[in-house]
Amino acid sequence: MIHDTFALIYTGDQNPLLRELTLSRSVAAVPFGGRYRCIDFVLSNLVNSGIDNVGLIMQKNYHSLMDHLGSGKEWNLNRKHDGLFILPPFMTKDNAGVFCGDIDAIHSVVTYIRRSPQKYVLFTGSHTIFNTTFEDMLRQHVETGADITMMYNVDPHFSAEDQNRDLRLIMRGDGRVTEMEWNPYRPRSNARSCEVLIMEKKLLEYLIEEAYARGDSDLTRDILQRLCPTLRIYGWKYDGYVARLDSINTYYKHSMEMLNVNYARDLYNHEHPIYTKVKDELSAKYGPDAKVQNCMVADGCNIEGNVSDSILFRDVTVAPGAVVKNSILLQGVSVGEGAVLDHVILDKNVTIRPGRSLAGYENFPIVLKKNQIV
Amino acid sequence: MKKKIVAMLLAGGQGSRLGILTSSMAKPAVPFGGKYRIIDFPLSNCVNSDIDTVGVLTQYRPLALNAYLGTGQHWDLDRNDGGVFVLPPYMTEKDGRWYSGTANAIWQNREFIDQYDTEYVLILSGDHIYKMDYHKMLNFHIANNAAATIAVFRVPLSEAHRFGIMNADEKNRITSFEEKPKNPKSGNASMGIYIFNWKLLRKYMEEDDRDPASENDFGKNIIPNMLNAGERMMAYPFDGYWKDVGTITSLWEANMDMLGCPPVLELNDPSWRIYTHNLTLPPHYMDATAEVSNSLITEGSVVRGKITHSVLFAGTHEDVDSEIVDSVVFPRAVIGKGCSVHKAIIGENVVLGNGCTIGGPLREGETVDNKLTDDITLIGNDVTVPAGTYIPKGAVVNAETLHLFTKEG
Repeated sequence: MIHDTFALIYTGDQNPLLRELTLSRSVAAVPFGGRYRCIDFVLSNLVNSGIDNVGLIMQKNYHSLMDHLGSGKEWNLNRKHDGLFILPPFMTKDNAGVFCGDIDAIHSVVTYIRRSPQKYVLFTGSHTIFNTTFEDMLRQHVETGADITMMYNVDPHFSAEDQNRDLRLIMRGDGRVTEMEWNPYRPRSNARSCEVLIMEKKLLEYLIEEAYARGDSDLTRDILQRLCPTLRIYGWKYDGYVARLDSINTYYKHSMEMLNVNYARDLYNHEHPIYTKVKDELSAKYGPDAKVQNCMVADGCNIEGNVSDSILFRDVTVAPGAVVKNSILLQGVSVGEGAVLDHVILDKNVTIRPGRSLAGYENFPIVLKKNQIV
Repeated sequence: MKKKIVAMLLAGGQGSRLGILTSSMAKPAVPFGGKYRIIDFPLSNCVNSDIDTVGVLTQYRPLALNAYLGTGQHWDLDRNDGGVFVLPPYMTEKDGRWYSGTANAIWQNREFIDQYDTEYVLILSGDHIYKMDYHKMLNFHIANNAAATIAVFRVPLSEAHRFGIMNADEKNRITSFEEKPKNPKSGNASMGIYIFNWKLLRKYMEEDDRDPASENDFGKNIIPNMLNAGERMMAYPFDGYWKDVGTITSLWEANMDMLGCPPVLELNDPSWRIYTHNLTLPPHYMDATAEVSNSLITEGSVVRGKITHSVLFAGTHEDVDSEIVDSVVFPRAVIGKGCSVHKAIIGENVVLGNGCTIGGPLREGETVDNKLTDDITLIGNDVTVPAGTYIPKGAVVNAETLHLFTKEG
């Protein structure tokens, strides 16, 4: 059944709450978990489920994402039949070269949807991170005879500051969704959407065509929420670990959760590997005076200083005498001798000169943008 | 399509000097340096030297090697034209035979080389660790108008007796060749890397094939025959890092050469990447109890104990209160609580129970057969060592010999 499903990933969401991390890249390309990008989790979940026709809708700032994906080889999606289809915006008589919302985007790629021979479509966003497969969700979808099945998890956490695309589902006892709240002021439900929908392709085509004709732009608000009373929408509950990259604070919090073995084991499940672009670095190298505790360290790092409670992406250099605590250092960061860092997030290739020090707070980590030199 | 040069990699060796490490795989498939296998070095050198057609000759336990090479995609060798090919011996309608020597392996695969209409052929071995631009060597070969060029590495005269020595004049033309000479005249050790003009080599191999007394070997037959015939043979001096890892001691030493600041063998070199079959594993995790210095640790590993001057491959799990010193731990090994590992090579998938001692001093009256290992302790692939086992230094432990140590313990 799952083989009769194709996937559509929407990577157009902007999120200013992620600050410097999304200045030059889409949310889907945001690095997470030591060596991955958001999109790796989404793609690996699909591939591990057995879905091998994947359309990826791009919006702005997609250079970094295209560079990461290449031909889809690392995800086994470089196929003769199906495989990975990259769908950037383009200019036609009814298309301005930028998508206005996800309805417009899906409408623009209707040729791809029409050509996909599968019966079901799985529509997903790109900034919710988890590790699962979708067979059970599809089985439930067929058994309940639902029009649409939405994946959710129980998320009691709520903070108005970090709120971004927060969709709460209010359900009857049998799982049928009766009402939805979109960025609620005080949520009435702990069931939060994970941005994954399954429905028949025919229904998607119909809903999009109809919404587009009405001039609607937002799938969540104008289709799901509006049609909730008439469509048979069911929730599918996911019990595993879910990380939502809503804001820089949640990014920091979820990144640090990877140092907790229980969360890390759930997300890096051996049975469902997370695939990513491979770079062929040397293993991480520890110098004679290195002191590294409670850290996640990727290949290619060269550590001679003192690092604790931190996440080091590939090719990070920490010079002797440097102290790094509670921080996230993305690929290629270099920390000079004697520098002191605490609660910082350094984007790719940031250089910290010897002796400099930077300190943020748990609820206000300092974020430096790509290639900055301190 | 015509190729200027085709590489042929001699990967046949069982590598009996590597003992139990090669009981289930050919030597080139043996792990090296945290994430590599030995064959990654010649293959990456080929790709980095713009050589895109490589034949890999093997006749011993080809499964691990075959599975490892796959389509060649990890080395960018999945080409429309060319790429990497595993070439085992085969039957014809008349007869068929194993590869009787290094030259015979190439001779049996002459059709493979002929189909590329190549001018030059590069012969490589699968048991050396080095970074070398073969294209520079080819340019040297062409500039000298040579019939054959042999890469040489300068070793001290005192060690020259262990190598094939190429004596050359001041213009690098080879005047004589001695295999493991008692009284070496020079320290130009052959690295087992040859470039031949293909048409000429084909002629010599054909003659050699008709000679029933021949061992069909490059070092013993082809090269001496060419020298005797007065062919223009050149020695190409190489002065980077080069190590034959054909023995347990040299394999261990080469791994240790990657440690140190700066290391003798630098592989973190973006201009000369060593490509490998990368596993998609998460970054490694250092627990709050971990103490690591002077070591290489690879993704997928979990470290809770003390690691000093060691190389850990992907997926190693090392528990609290354990200590690993001067050792190499192959992929997916699990080290239990409170283990002590000194100067050892721990094979793939090995499980050490809690409180094991590996490489401890010899106890009274104890003897071990260490002619292959010197004082390095070797635990073979897939061995599960029960908790509390004491394994003295120099011992070789595999499924058959494990009981010798557990009964006593």
